[in-house]
Amino acid sequence: MAERAEIVVVGAGPAGIAAACAARECGRSVRVVDENPHAGGQIWRGELPQPWRTRWEQAAVPMQAGATAFGFAGEQTLLVECEGRAMEIAFERLIVATGARERLLPFPGWTLPGVTGAGGLQALMKSGLDLAGRRVVVAGSGPLLAEAGASLLAAGALVAIVAEQASFRQMIPFLGRIAARRGKWTQALRIASALRKTRYRAGAWPLSVERRDGALSVTLRLGPRREVIECDYLACGFGLLGNTELAQLAGCQVVNGCVVVDEHQRTSVLGIYCAGEPVGIAGVESALAQGLTAGYHAAGREDLATACTPGRDRGRRFQRVLAEAFALRPELKELATPDTIICRCEDVRLGELAGFLTWREAKLHTRCGMGACQGRVCGAALEFVAGMPAASVRPPLVPVSVGVLAGEQ
Amino acid sequence: MPEPVTIILNGERRPVAAGSSVAAALLTMGVAARRSVSGEERSAVCGMGICEECRVMVDGRAGVRGCLVTCRDGMEVRTNG
Repeated sequence: MAERAEIVVVGAGPAGIAAACAARECGRSVRVVDENPHAGGQIWRGELPQPWRTRWEQAAVPMQAGATAFGFAGEQTLLVECEGRAMEIAFERLIVATGARERLLPFPGWTLPGVTGAGGLQALMKSGLDLAGRRVVVAGSGPLLAEAGASLLAAGALVAIVAEQASFRQMIPFLGRIAARRGKWTQALRIASALRKTRYRAGAWPLSVERRDGALSVTLRLGPRREVIECDYLACGFGLLGNTELAQLAGCQVVNGCVVVDEHQRTSVLGIYCAGEPVGIAGVESALAQGLTAGYHAAGREDLATACTPGRDRGRRFQRVLAEAFALRPELKELATPDTIICRCEDVRLGELAGFLTWREAKLHTRCGMGACQGRVCGAALEFVAGMPAASVRPPLVPVSVGVLAGEQ
Repeated sequence: MPEPVTIILNGERRPVAAGSSVAAALLTMGVAARRSVSGEERSAVCGMGICEECRVMVDGRAGVRGCLVTCRDGMEVRTNG
């Protein structure tokens, strides 16, 4: 099945939606593909806020949901897998808006069922996981933790503690930044009010977790002390990482985990744009501005694109403040023991990786990072824990059947 | 509350909340999605299609990420698929 559109957008989160609306409003033919059942990305999850809901409805951009971009056939054809079938979509311009994932770090017990990402548990809750009366420990790092804690509480979960690894002192510039902006301040107050009866501890992180009598038993480091807390779920994520794989596969330049773009969101590859978190974690407001910029520019309206850049730059400044406020402490590198699984797909333990200097070498000898997730989890973990830079990206980006690769209909 | 839908999980009919993803339904029921290569039970982690821990067989299709699929009435789900 071959389709064609002037502009193809991968990802229907804020950046992708803004890009698609902008390009469509300029009269271009646009297609959007997204892995999820609904538009909105991880932050909106099918419930677009105004004015975007109306704008998205009016733009009426054809969207292929449940569809995963896994590679390219030539320079201007995207390969997409949807319900076990392959699809080709030819494009003149491609806008990569593939969002972010959580950084998951290994510690003893992190592979147990019930140990999830922080945003991960929130995402599962929003897609139907019943948390009423369930005990949850939220841990890790970043502004997402408090937000996840508040939304899990609202879903009826009993949040025992929110443990932020950054120290309070480290977070002060971030808090100052929030206080200076009305929109963010309102949001922060709402979250703080929701969490007023919940323990929120800075300088706290998980050391290990085990399963005991059907429950999880989490050992936390709280400043100088250790504390063991029983729970049903440990929701643990250490900040966000942009999903840069598709852009990398297209040949776009990536530096320090961020796709390199110019002031109009153009990547190093002609005709390919990137918007939102893969360019650098900067939040929804910046993602929307970047999406609009990319969409207008791809549609040939440089004037409109340029008008959107202030919102994008505010977001970029915020990104720097975020990165410093929630920088990961070195103690987190020491949590995994030689027996701790690093690669969850192939069950490769840290001890098996000793002596390898590069990830590629480790992969070839241990299959670390060669499983279903293609190193999306263990790659970032190893980069942080062992200082191993991530290996290159190869097609297909997600597991697809030989039938799909062969173009079987 | 909308009526629950019924999925066929490992051959057994199980009611799940309408609109629930397969991964969320399995976690709610306390059923692991798969066993790892060394035999550990695993279930959904990232909830957004990255980690591949919730992959199951859906209507005969293997390796489907349960977090990206919404439960439908009569859907056949097999763990370890």
